[in-house]
Amino acid sequence: MSDPLLELRGISKHFAGHMAVAPLDLGIARGELFCLLGASGCGKSTLLRVLAGFEAPDTGRILFEGRDITEDPPHLRPLNMMFQSYALFPHLRVRDNIAFGLKQARLAREEINRQVAGMLSLLQLEDCADRYPRQISGGQRQRVALARALARRPPLLLLDEPLGALDRKLRENTREELRRLQAELGTTFILVTHDQEEALSLATRMAVMSQGRLLQVGSPHEIYARPIRREVAEFLGRVNLIDTVVDRCDQRHVHCSTADTLTLFACSSKLHARGAALCLALRPEQIRLGPPGTPDDARNHAPNHDSGTVTGVSYLGHLSVLEVRTGSGRVWRVQVSDSATAGGMPAAGDRVGLSWDAEALVVLDA
Amino acid sequence: MLLCWSWTLGLLLLPLVIVLRISLAEPRLAQPPYSPLWRTDVEGAASLDLRWDSYRLLLEDPVYAQAWWDSLGLAGGTALLCLLLAYPMAWAIAASSPGRRRTLLLLVMLPFWTSLLLRIYAWMGLLAPQGMLSQALIWSGLRDLPLTLLHSPPAVFIGMVYAYLPFMLLPIHASLEKLDAQLLEAAADLGCPPWLAFLRVALPLSLPGVMAGTVLVFVPALGEFVIPDLLGGPGTLLLGQVLWNEFFVNRAWPIAAALALTLLGSMGLVLASHQILQRRLGQHT
Repeated sequence: MSDPLLELRGISKHFAGHMAVAPLDLGIARGELFCLLGASGCGKSTLLRVLAGFEAPDTGRILFEGRDITEDPPHLRPLNMMFQSYALFPHLRVRDNIAFGLKQARLAREEINRQVAGMLSLLQLEDCADRYPRQISGGQRQRVALARALARRPPLLLLDEPLGALDRKLRENTREELRRLQAELGTTFILVTHDQEEALSLATRMAVMSQGRLLQVGSPHEIYARPIRREVAEFLGRVNLIDTVVDRCDQRHVHCSTADTLTLFACSSKLHARGAALCLALRPEQIRLGPPGTPDDARNHAPNHDSGTVTGVSYLGHLSVLEVRTGSGRVWRVQVSDSATAGGMPAAGDRVGLSWDAEALVVLDA
Repeated sequence: MLLCWSWTLGLLLLPLVIVLRISLAEPRLAQPPYSPLWRTDVEGAASLDLRWDSYRLLLEDPVYAQAWWDSLGLAGGTALLCLLLAYPMAWAIAASSPGRRRTLLLLVMLPFWTSLLLRIYAWMGLLAPQGMLSQALIWSGLRDLPLTLLHSPPAVFIGMVYAYLPFMLLPIHASLEKLDAQLLEAAADLGCPPWLAFLRVALPLSLPGVMAGTVLVFVPALGEFVIPDLLGGPGTLLLGQVLWNEFFVNRAWPIAAALALTLLGSMGLVLASHQILQRRLGQHT
């Protein structure tokens, strides 16, 4: 990154012998909507609190536009935070909650009123401006928290599970709104979430975090389609993981086989030694469903294939997930869309053939 | 429901009515020492005999006005000193770990297990010219002469603050304990240095506790008798002492009753205004 807005260098934090954040480096560019994705307890919220200044890191520096802000107290940092619990001031009306930070900035009264009015209309909160936080709905509270954090027009906004307390429908609408706000205000967002769908749909760039480490940093598509580690592949969506041994390897392709004599053909830019263990990931939607053919038949169409019996079907509306058990006991998870199976969805007990492209197999580092 | 009401009426109102009736009589050198409620004229017809002389005397005699001022000063001063001492203590207790908090709260309430009278006598021993405090100061060379603290206004304040501190501390602690620490973080995040975060967030949110504590200290302190009588000097007469004197020394029951009722009425006023304020503050919580 040529000119990062925020740079973390070797930041780490531990609590009472437990490593919350292992030393990590991260750069955030101006205008990004960066998502930190991880299960609860992975250290993502701690990292956010370190950025906001509520926790002092054990090691490392935080640079904002090249300036070291590691020692700055929270009230002097050029960023604002939206709390997971919203932390609205219960003794202040919505209007005064939003004005809180502006008053601190010693702006003129008219200027404060103007900016508060702007925030109220931006987040469609005009109707509840004179109510107290306990008198408004959860969705409104969430928007007040967002308005309050954005009111000072911070160059960087930290959001701790901003949509966590909302129901699903409201969450989807709010996601749109977050994206719109981010684009409109040009603020850089760092958003912490445990919801993979949220991260994938919102982020311009994201990181998957586990046990205080950043497992992979990249665009949502990179992380979903090209996971480099097993945990990442498993954390995001459904995946078939295949443990194999390398048979042959050239500059672009690798041939592997599994213990149950399935041979696989994958693309890989790296060279792998013969006999080395290799883990492959295959997304369920990359598997094509076909009639149970003879292996010779299938080989003409695709380099990778298998066949088995459907043992389970879970219907999810727009798509279905099948469990296909092979003769050797391996279970494949296959995702089929409703439109792709116009001829009829396979039922439990049906024999089916499976095939997939070499490009669909992702070689994992570990 | 009926039982509940009759108990309330019987236990709370009946004594009050009796006091009211005595306050509207005239002192007599008799048994009981006040004029009867009914007056029979020469024809034998009975009529109510109500006299407002006691209330008039309360307004006219400067002794009572002086007692009012002194008592208000003592109660207000005690409440203020208790607030200044109790708030930081309550803050520290609320900020400590749950286990430690329990121990500290227990220590605050521990003195209640002994009679107030005994504890005030203990203070007399501490503050006396030959008392422990005086001896310790002389022994350490900080003072040459014995302390002359006992039977002076400072001794009364020491005793009052000592006795009433828990009543201020506990409600403040209760409101600070409920305070979400994240609100202070939010204030810091929005640009407040710690002291401003306290003024703009913690203090307003703990105001109900501060008010409850102030009332709990101020109201009983207004009529306090034991502490000023034992620790105070002979010079000042507070409402409690005036009441005692009128009743037991002068045997002027009607004026004592009138004084007791006005005292009670003013306490009721304080409580009512507290209720109204509390409701207004409670709008948002």
